[in-house]
Amino acid sequence: MAYSDKVIDHYENPRNVGSFDKADESVGTGMVGAPACGDVMKLQIRVNGQGIIEEARFKTYGCGSAIASSSLVTEWVKGKTLEEAAGIKNTQIAEELALPPVKIHCSILAEDAIKAAIADYRRKHGLGEAAGEKKVA
Amino acid sequence: MKLPIYLDYSATTPVDPRVAEKMIPYLTEHFGNPASRSHAFGWKAEEAVEEARANVAALVNCEAKDIVWTSGATESINLALKGAAEFYKTRGRHLITVKTEHKATLDTCRELERRGFEVTYLEVGADGLLELDRVEAAFRPDTILVSVMFVNNEIGVIQDIPAIGEMCRRRGVLFHVDSAQATGKCPIDLKRLNVDLMSFSAHKTYGPKGVGALYIRRKPRVRLEAQIHGGGHERGFRSGTLATHQIVGMGEAYRIARLEMAAENERIRALRDRLLAGVQGIEEVYVNGDMASRVPHNLNVSFNYVEGESLIMAVKDIAVSSGSACTSASLEPSYVLRALGRSDELAHSSIRFTLGRFTTGEEIDYTVGHLRTKVAKLRELSPLWEMHKEGIDLNTVQWAAH
Repeated sequence: MAYSDKVIDHYENPRNVGSFDKADESVGTGMVGAPACGDVMKLQIRVNGQGIIEEARFKTYGCGSAIASSSLVTEWVKGKTLEEAAGIKNTQIAEELALPPVKIHCSILAEDAIKAAIADYRRKHGLGEAAGEKKVA
Repeated sequence: MKLPIYLDYSATTPVDPRVAEKMIPYLTEHFGNPASRSHAFGWKAEEAVEEARANVAALVNCEAKDIVWTSGATESINLALKGAAEFYKTRGRHLITVKTEHKATLDTCRELERRGFEVTYLEVGADGLLELDRVEAAFRPDTILVSVMFVNNEIGVIQDIPAIGEMCRRRGVLFHVDSAQATGKCPIDLKRLNVDLMSFSAHKTYGPKGVGALYIRRKPRVRLEAQIHGGGHERGFRSGTLATHQIVGMGEAYRIARLEMAAENERIRALRDRLLAGVQGIEEVYVNGDMASRVPHNLNVSFNYVEGESLIMAVKDIAVSSGSACTSASLEPSYVLRALGRSDELAHSSIRFTLGRFTTGEEIDYTVGHLRTKVAKLRELSPLWEMHKEGIDLNTVQWAAH
């Protein structure tokens, strides 16, 4: 399968690989996917007092497109408010990386990972779910 | 050393230069139709076709007359299974095959099911091998044919063809063996084996693509319903003008295989063992399939906590194939590894290395070093590896399946 140059770039030079301390109050952790399906994404955000995402880290078990999708969203969420980050759509990710149809699920997983990380952060701070936001595990 | 390194010999092999050289005159100079009986052009082509037939027969120790040319192993398997099922359907409508067979067999069996036949798909053990008791128990009074592959294409294991042949012969049930991956890799003696039909491919044994053969036993005689009509070539089993140059190539490839197989296998076994020792130096590596009853050319391993497609992408300096069929867009892990009882994760993380005539020690050493680096890099990226290192049992985690 031919990968786009952007997928290859993110795959070969993944941005923001790593982990934050899950127990840290300023950190939200989202883990989505399942090994049996061939991909698992862990996305973490560090949020400052103003509710802005300062940093993000990821680890992904999956194909090149899954790795690239998660690497890309760690760049995109940086500097965004939780609401703005929650508004990132899988179609934007798929478009940016020129994912072929069989790899669209990678972008969906990345969107789910952002939502899961935000939900985790909100739970920690007793903020609950924002209106209209899909709840994901 | 040239990159990328080719370690996918079970997908296809390069045409041996000696084979290519032998083929060329049959494209330009001796271009006659082997079916032309009225002039020297035809005679010359026919002579070449018969010489090739004798060479194919010699590799597997049968009579040249028992060999019918086809376009490849897929066609041979289709002809054997559909041809026998259609001819013998008044005797019974039940066939037996194995879950780990090549799609050429499995899809043909599915088609026969659509035509009203019943097929039993046998399970294999964790080592990929058939348990003979299970084969024995699968026979029914209306069983007409059993089809088993000699060597598995994904994991390289060798099935007990003599024992299964014995079971079939005792019951008067036809036995078809897919030998696409076996020729030139293990000795085949059709005079001793109770095999009625055997499928061959040229391009897995350093011959050209687009040509294969089917062995059809004449004593006791096996009858088949032809699947391609038009001229009655090949004793009526397979019509169509013979592809002389392709056939010459297959004959020469099989002639070379017969002469060089023993020495070549030992050389390849040493290289495979070197590769195995190298990958076993990496943590959490699992070999798929039995190592004893196996061709020396194949090594199939799972790199736990690393996803197969990303690994293949990472090791772009080596041409291998993934047990994971993600690349074919189905997102399903290998059905062969699943049949071995491998977990989805391990099935997704597998790589098949297949070595061949032109593989060198230098290439193997480079491959091992390349794998070590890339597996380490991907594990650094893997949340599963992180959890494993933290001592979390992944089987206890509740995953959000998607």
